[in-house]
Amino acid sequence: MSRRTLVTGVIGSDTHIVGNRILSMALEKAGYKVVALGALTPAAEFVKAAVETNADAILVSSLYGQGELDCRGFRDLCIEAGLERILIYVGGNLVVGKQTWGEVEKRFVAMGFDRAFPPGTRTDDVIRILAQDFASRARDDPMEQQ
Amino acid sequence: MKAALLIDFGSTYTKLRAVDVESATILGSGQGPSTVGSDITIGMRAALADLERHLGVLPRFAYRLACSSAAGGLRMVTVGLVRELTAEAARQAALGAGARLVGTFAYRLTASDVSRIEQLAPDILLLAGGTDGGNSEVILHNADALGRSRVACPIVLAGNRSAMDQCRERLAGRALIVTENVMPEFNVLNIEPARSAIREVFIDRIVHAKGIDRARTMFDQVLMPTPAAVMEGARLLADGCAGVAGLGTLLVVDPGGATTDVHSIASGEPSQAGVIPQGLPEPRVKRTVEGDLGMRHNVAAIDEAAGAGVIAAESGIPASRVHELIAELGREVERVPGSAEERALDRALARAAVRLAVKRHAGTVETVFTVSGPAVVQHGKDLSDVNVVIGTGGALVHSPDPRAILETSLADPGDPFSLRPRAPRLLLDREYILYACGLLGQVEPRQALALGLAHLAPLNEEIGDERTVET
Repeated sequence: MSRRTLVTGVIGSDTHIVGNRILSMALEKAGYKVVALGALTPAAEFVKAAVETNADAILVSSLYGQGELDCRGFRDLCIEAGLERILIYVGGNLVVGKQTWGEVEKRFVAMGFDRAFPPGTRTDDVIRILAQDFASRARDDPMEQQ
Repeated sequence: MKAALLIDFGSTYTKLRAVDVESATILGSGQGPSTVGSDITIGMRAALADLERHLGVLPRFAYRLACSSAAGGLRMVTVGLVRELTAEAARQAALGAGARLVGTFAYRLTASDVSRIEQLAPDILLLAGGTDGGNSEVILHNADALGRSRVACPIVLAGNRSAMDQCRERLAGRALIVTENVMPEFNVLNIEPARSAIREVFIDRIVHAKGIDRARTMFDQVLMPTPAAVMEGARLLADGCAGVAGLGTLLVVDPGGATTDVHSIASGEPSQAGVIPQGLPEPRVKRTVEGDLGMRHNVAAIDEAAGAGVIAAESGIPASRVHELIAELGREVERVPGSAEERALDRALARAAVRLAVKRHAGTVETVFTVSGPAVVQHGKDLSDVNVVIGTGGALVHSPDPRAILETSLADPGDPFSLRPRAPRLLLDREYILYACGLLGQVEPRQALALGLAHLAPLNEEIGDERTVET
């Protein structure tokens, strides 16, 4: 089985790179090929990188409270580029103000993200859930098995 | 004496420079018409006879090296996947090899794309797409489409490594050269292998296909397309060679009849701290070609690109008269300015072409506002600190005021977001030596460097002096 490829980055006008870098390093250590786009990454760039590298998942970070604006239409961009089935995650401080995590998660899932992660998520949890999601996709669709 | 003959089979002229390698001096020049369309040897003989008239007697040449932009130049089509990524990398590789790009394609080739390529009938096609281990579906689709087409030219394959074997099968029967991926990893540019593969195909096949080798008894080898020779000359002048320092970072500007070419030899990294580079990394040796900025063939397009009234205002010629003259120049592409009015127009056109071409070649900065304050983002190359700008080509050499033209390549205080050179030395390639320097550099780099350095005329030495004092 060839290594799975993940695209990571911090979306929009957001410069908070530290958490995303830690996550990228952990994912690499877990055996993934990581294409790390870094801070200040426009949504379209995630998608272009995923097309060219034939990525299996895109992990979007947003820490500055504007994530909802930046992530709007992300799934549509992927569909437009022929990545209908790519796994997309989002995580970080996705919104500002007093909102329960349940509400926020629901909103991002409605936007087309497969999963949304709250602040303080451990890298181990991301790696575990990612493995689960890949495994369940492989079960659903034997063609996806690499 | 060790003499070298350096030949440029151009689109209009066959140009010769005879140089003494040991003293790094020009012995003489010769020129004849370009006769590739009929028989290249006719123009070559005429040029040699012209040279002989200047020299009295032709020396025995230790080297006879040629470059060529005749018969339409090296006409190339590039195909990649994402427009800003592998398609752009493929474009850069082709331009860097000195090609004339006649078509660039991205994503899946459609049936009409393929028939367009058949119509274009390029000399070489460069097929890229996907990072190594990345997307292979699109390049396989494109290889398949090309394999079924009537496209018969040699194909350089420089895409996803994992797809190369299958591409080869789908293109069986074609002349194929498989080389390293132009983008092996996301955002990592690797255009050198594709560039040299293109040059090899040029030497092995295109020179013959274009009938240039009919003159093969008169030269040893056609080494590369002329734009590549100019680029090699620029690279040698910038970097120097073992034991001899070069000029450092530089820019070459060549406003020609059909296009304006700009070459930069500079890393282009941000010159100011805290600036964040974005987008595809830039090649250190970069060539851009502005197809709409030609002093003759595209003269109307320069007027248009410069903006309404700019050429008229700069030349002091009424707008209606400018249009008349431009229409004439577009028809008579070999016309040399005769009257004061025509010279004023040519000056304004050259100034616009150089300004626009360098502006497009150079990178830009923009300020984006983030929650933690403003951040400056750079796209493209920062050429602010470039040491030298060299002007070459007829429009500059024959101008009574080349400095006024070349100065438009400099940074404009009114446009602070464009990263053009701030205080470079301006040099003029008065003897048209850059291509010769690039050719000779392949065999005698040290002497070629000396030749180039000795024959570039300073246009603003006072600035050069200030810089020497400063540093």
